This record gives sequence, structure tokens and C-alpha cells, in this order.
Amino acid sequence: MSAKSRKSASSAEQSSTKSGAQIIVDTLIEQGVDTMFGYLGGVVLPLFDKLYDAPIRFIIPRHEQGGCHMADAYARATGKVGVIVVTSGPGACNLVTGLATAMMDSVPMVALTGQVRTELIGNDAFQEADTTGITRPVTKHNCIVKDVKDLARTIREAFHIASTGRPGPVLIDIPVDVAVNKCKVDSSGKMKLPGYKVWKEGHPRQISAAAKMINKSKRPVLYVGGGVISAGASKELTKFAEKAHIPVSMTLLGLGSYDQNKAESLDMLGMHGSAYANYAVQDCDLLIAVGSRFDDRVTGKVKTFAPNAKIIHIDIDPASISKNVGVDIPVVGDAKFILKELVKEVEHKERKEWFAKIAGWKKKHPFRYDSNSSTIKPQYVIDEVWRQTKGEALVATGVGQHQMWTAQFYKFSRPRQLLTSGGLGTMGYGLPAAIGAQIALPDATVVCFDGDNSFNMTMTELSTAVEHELPIKVCILNNGYMGMVRQWQELFYGKRYSKSYIKNPNYADVAEALGAKGIMVDKKADVGKAVKEMLKQKKPCVVDFRVEREENVWPMVPAGKSISEMDGLDILESMA
Amino acid sequence: MKHIISALVENKPGVLAHVAGMFAARAFNIDSLVVGRTEDPDLSRMTIVVIGDDRVLEQVRKQLAKIISVVKVLDFVGKPVIARDLMLISISAPPEKRPEVLTLIEMFNGKIVDVGQKFVMVEVSGPEEKIEAFIDMCRPYGIKNVARTGTIAMVRHSKEA
Ligand SMILES: Cc1ncc(C[n+]2csc(CCOP(=O)(O)OP(=O)(O)O)c2C)c(N)n1
Ligand SMILES: [Mg+2]
Repeated sequence: MSAKSRKSASSAEQSSTKSGAQIIVDTLIEQGVDTMFGYLGGVVLPLFDKLYDAPIRFIIPRHEQGGCHMADAYARATGKVGVIVVTSGPGACNLVTGLATAMMDSVPMVALTGQVRTELIGNDAFQEADTTGITRPVTKHNCIVKDVKDLARTIREAFHIASTGRPGPVLIDIPVDVAVNKCKVDSSGKMKLPGYKVWKEGHPRQISAAAKMINKSKRPVLYVGGGVISAGASKELTKFAEKAHIPVSMTLLGLGSYDQNKAESLDMLGMHGSAYANYAVQDCDLLIAVGSRFDDRVTGKVKTFAPNAKIIHIDIDPASISKNVGVDIPVVGDAKFILKELVKEVEHKERKEWFAKIAGWKKKHPFRYDSNSSTIKPQYVIDEVWRQTKGEALVATGVGQHQMWTAQFYKFSRPRQLLTSGGLGTMGYGLPAAIGAQIALPDATVVCFDGDNSFNMTMTELSTAVEHELPIKVCILNNGYMGMVRQWQELFYGKRYSKSYIKNPNYADVAEALGAKGIMVDKKADVGKAVKEMLKQKKPCVVDFRVEREENVWPMVPAGKSISEMDGLDILESMA
Repeated sequence: MKHIISALVENKPGVLAHVAGMFAARAFNIDSLVVGRTEDPDLSRMTIVVIGDDRVLEQVRKQLAKIISVVKVLDFVGKPVIARDLMLISISAPPEKRPEVLTLIEMFNGKIVDVGQKFVMVEVSGPEEKIEAFIDMCRPYGIKNVARTGTIAMVRHSKEA
């Protein structure tokens, strides 16, 4: 070989080798990532160096947990995979709550964590944490990459696993030397997942059996969860419910899968669900669970849940089926596909008696609050925002009473309209979620109904919203309490309000200090005006509504009771 | 009730942690867990004995299958299986008792693998009940140490479809 040709051969080789960091960026772009969230640190510097001129929008939160919730909400709002990258040790540890939140609610996410150099692993090196060990139970899958040659494939696999089947967060731990090392680029697009199967289509015989059972049923009820939204099956659900003429109850995460303004909507079921949904479930002869998992907040006492009903369970996760409640007809597969098939086989039925009975419950026990009160009722604020946003806002929440009132009083009409931590119940989710959603959908009206204490947990992210000029609207339903905790103490601990209140700052001042718009409202008459002002803002706006302090969420199924044993129905009736 | 479950898993670091972590997190009760290589270098076989009713068994099976690095899960419910444990046991066998002990070992098809002044070390394999019975029979003589592998199992060929 001549000297010249040897030289050109080696330069050709060089041009096709890349560093791990570059491979990460290239593979993210290959996977369609145009926005990501993350925070810096020593071992991720090689990666951040490659992000310097990558065509990816990058959002730095003020705390990794916030960033993780942002990526989660970005995913929930769009259906795309949310991406977060953080450093080793403390950075990775700060992801745990966010990953667990996403895991419980089946949100597709990919988290990349930096790790100390491969040869230091296990030595208690500076900023070393056993990230895969810590995050294993809160991810759908995780792994550490120890050879740069495996990097591209592993990232591809992560996106595939996160976004298919029952979605969930996937974490890849990347030692810094793997990000620095070079290798030939693997552009094969290949994956190696011999143990990963997704049941998509649902067994035709099960579908037919389900259809027969539905056609025979006199009093069917749909019990719909977040799975319908993940599957993008709202349209199919609506067609199915309307053709077969079946009332639809939804879980907290299922809200929006069926338009709550429609007559067949039974709204939310379960612990703080509507009386009519809970009565209907307890009285039905057929319960059709779609993309829901018989969570204890829904079923109450499992033994007496839907006692007269046969149960059809449609779910993509075989492990969800018969986990808590035995079912008669399981159909494993994608809800979209299965509902599309099912709709062909079901007959339209009047079910006049059934709907008349439900109408009676609806009339007698709607969600109510005392609208004549002179104080600001938290429900009134939600109602007012619902009116002024014409029910079209994208809504995020914290966790507590305000979350339940949001579920009860904001009528959701489309999927991915409500972003809330249902499974884990993570206080502090609301504000970063609103930010993640607004980043994803710049033109949407994004409202966060937050509790004072939930807001306290992640309010530092307000500064992120200001930096990116996001017009999010935060409505703090400020009762000066950990309201949900206070309610339990009132009902079950003899009103001993042990440690369930703290001294809060003036949130309007906090907002202004961080560069957002801050409004404080303590008069009922000012609520409408304040909401109007809030909706006009081009920058982040925080409204501190000083609401009735000791309002309770009704109805309520006390823990361990059947869902028809609701407390507070008399109180609600007295407000009629 | 004890059930034997066998899982083919990817032969990669971290897989055992995934499986063990899942069992702990879901409060499943494991009696034994054996991991070993298979004829395929990319796969290992885990044989797990779990305690629980049918519902628990079904959940264990499904949750195992859900782990990404678990390739295939078999349970042996209703199937004729060969299940074996291997044990090394050190039994006290002073000269005056030695003939008795040797007879016992012979009855159980044990193999003496080491002999000392006071103790003999025996290798015994077989179904769990046999192993347990052997331990019981050895107790009166004095047991110094026991090491057991846990159960491994396969479906009988004669009953294969
Ligand atoms: C991170 C976290 N810590 C603790 C809890 C337990 N918890 C549930 S609701 C609640 C109180 C919430 O208070 P606030 O945000 O003010 O909402 P409110 O109930 O008053 O509307 C607490 C402490 C939780 N869900 N999440
Ligand atoms: Mg509060």
C-alpha cells in the first residue's frame, strides 16, 4: 500500500468513529428528540459539550426533580418520549421521585445519568451512587453501558421500551469514559431485546366473547383509565361507548379520555369520585375496564367492588390482569386496536331503564359546593377558571384536596388535558408539569391548580418559567393547610391538626421577586377579575387565592369501605 | 404451596438484581433461586421455588415475564417434572458410629467426598423430600455443616408434546 492510500484509509476510518457523547446526541436526534431537560455536572461534561451546538432545545430546571417532572409532563402532554439528562450521584438521586411518578402513571421517558469512570465504579468514588440499583424499582427498565459500542443500540432500545407496550421511564447510566471513548458508528438501527414482547392486537376470540357479553348486558359500565390516553384510543373509546350506549366512568388519569360534557359521562369514580359513578359501578351487571388497573383508590374494599358484575378487562399489561380483582374476560393488547375491533361486534342498545336510573343519581348527587358562601370556595375558583378558559385549558395539579376538586369541577373534554400525579401522588408535580407542558405546547393555555404546600415543594421552578417566558398560570388554592391531611385528621383523628400547617410566604411577592406576575385575592368578588387578569398575562403568573380554610372534599369513600359507602352526601345535598 | 418456576434470562450483569429486586418489591416469598449457564452463552436459566397460592404464582409468572431481560418464563404446574437439589453435608462420624453412618449414606445413595477424623462429608442429590429426609436421619449423629444448591427442574421428555 502506498503511503498516500494508507493515509486516506486511516482518515476515512477516523471520520466514521465518534465519541460516546457524540453518539448520544446523534442517537437522540435520530429518535426525534428536539427538546430535552437536564442539569450539569462533572461526569456529563463531555455530553454537554456536544450539546453545545446540537439542534436540541435544552431546558435547565432549578432542581433535577423539577426537570424530571417537566420531561414527564412534556411526554404526557404530547405522547412523545420525555428526555432528561443529569449528572452522577446527587443528580441521579434527585431523579428518583420524578421517575417513580412517571413509572406509576406509565409515562414514556428516557433518563440519561452520568456515572463515574468505569474503573472507579464500586469504590465510593466522588459523586458515585449505585444509580441502577437505586432506580431499578422506579423504572420500566434500566442498565449501565460499559462499552461505547453498545451505546447507540442501548439508547434506541430505551426509546423503544419507554414508548411501547405499557409505557414507562427507562434509565441509562453512562460512565464518563464511555462518553469519551470512540468507536465506529453503529447506524444499523438494530436492537437486541429477546425478552421484550408487546401484545398489540388482542385475541380475536376474547374480543368476540367480550362483545357477546356486552350485547347481553342490561346495565354495563365502562371504567376507563390512563391506558386509553396512552394508547391514543379516545376516539375509539368514544365511538364504542356511543355505539354500544354505555356510560363511562373514568379514573383520575383517565379523565379527558371521554368528553365529560357528554351525557354518558359518569365522571370520576372511586374515593372522591361522583356518587353516580360509584353507584353505577356497584349496581352494574357488566364492568368493562379499559386501560385501568383496579387501584385501591378506585375499588375501595376490593371484595365488594362491582359485586354483581361480570368483568371484562382490556389492558396492554398482562400483569395488570387479575392482579387485584379476578376478571371474567381478559383481553390483552392495545386499547386502540381492541376497541376498534370491538365496536364492529357490539350492537346498539337503548338501555333506557339503566340510563334512567343513572339520571336519577346524577340529579340527586351532582358535585356541589356552597356557591352562596361569602368566603372564596376553592371549587368556585376552579369553576371560574373553567368558565373563563371555556374548559379548554391544559391543566396541571399538585396533590391534595385541590387536585380532587380539579378532577371534580374542571370538566375535561380531551385526552392529555389533565396532567396530574395519580399513582404516586407526588406533591410538587404541578408547577414543573405546567412548565413541561407549556414548553411542549407554546400556544396552549396552561393552568396549574396547586395547593400551597404542593407549590412550596417545587416553587423554585418558577424561575425556570420566567427564564423561558412561559405564560403559565398558577392558581394556588391557598388554604394554609396540608388540606387533604387536615381533612383526614378532622375525620379520623378527632380534629387534632397535628403539624398540618406551616407559615407560608406571600406568594404574590415571591412571584414578583422571581420576575413573574403575582396577584393575591382574598375577596370572593375579586376572583373573576383576577382570573381574567391572569389569563391575559404573557409571562408566568401566580395567583394566591386565599380560600376557605377548612373545606372538605366530598363525597369520600373512607379507606377500606365499599365505594357505595360514601360520606358527605348529606352535606352536599344540604347545599342544593 | 411451593411452585417451581424456570426463567431463561439474558446472561448480562444486573439481571439477577432485576429479578431479586422484583421479588422483594412485590413481597413474593422465594424458597430458593438458582442461576446457572445454559447451552446458549447468551442465556442463563434461573430456577425459582416460590411459596404461594395459584394467584401469587400467576402474578410471579407475569411480573417475571415483564422484566425486560427475562426472555422466557415456564412454570411447571400440572406437568411432570424432574426436580433435583444437590447437597453437601458434613456429618459427625466417630469410629464407633461410622458403620451406622455409612449404611445410612448408602441407603440414600450418598457419595462420600471427604473423610476426616471425626466427620465425613457427603454429597447427596435428589428431590427435595429426599434431601430433607436425609438431613433428619443425620441429626442424631450431629451435623456440622450443610450447603444446598436449591432446586433445579426440567419437564420430563416422555410427556412432551
Ligand atoms: C411529596 C409528598 N409528600 C407528602 C405527601 C402526603 N400528602 C398528601 S396531600 C398532602 C397535603 C397537600 O397540601 P396542599 O398542597 O396544600 O394541598 P391541599 O390538600 O391543601 O389542597 C400531603 C402532605 C404527598 N402526597 N407527597
Ligand atoms: Mg393547602
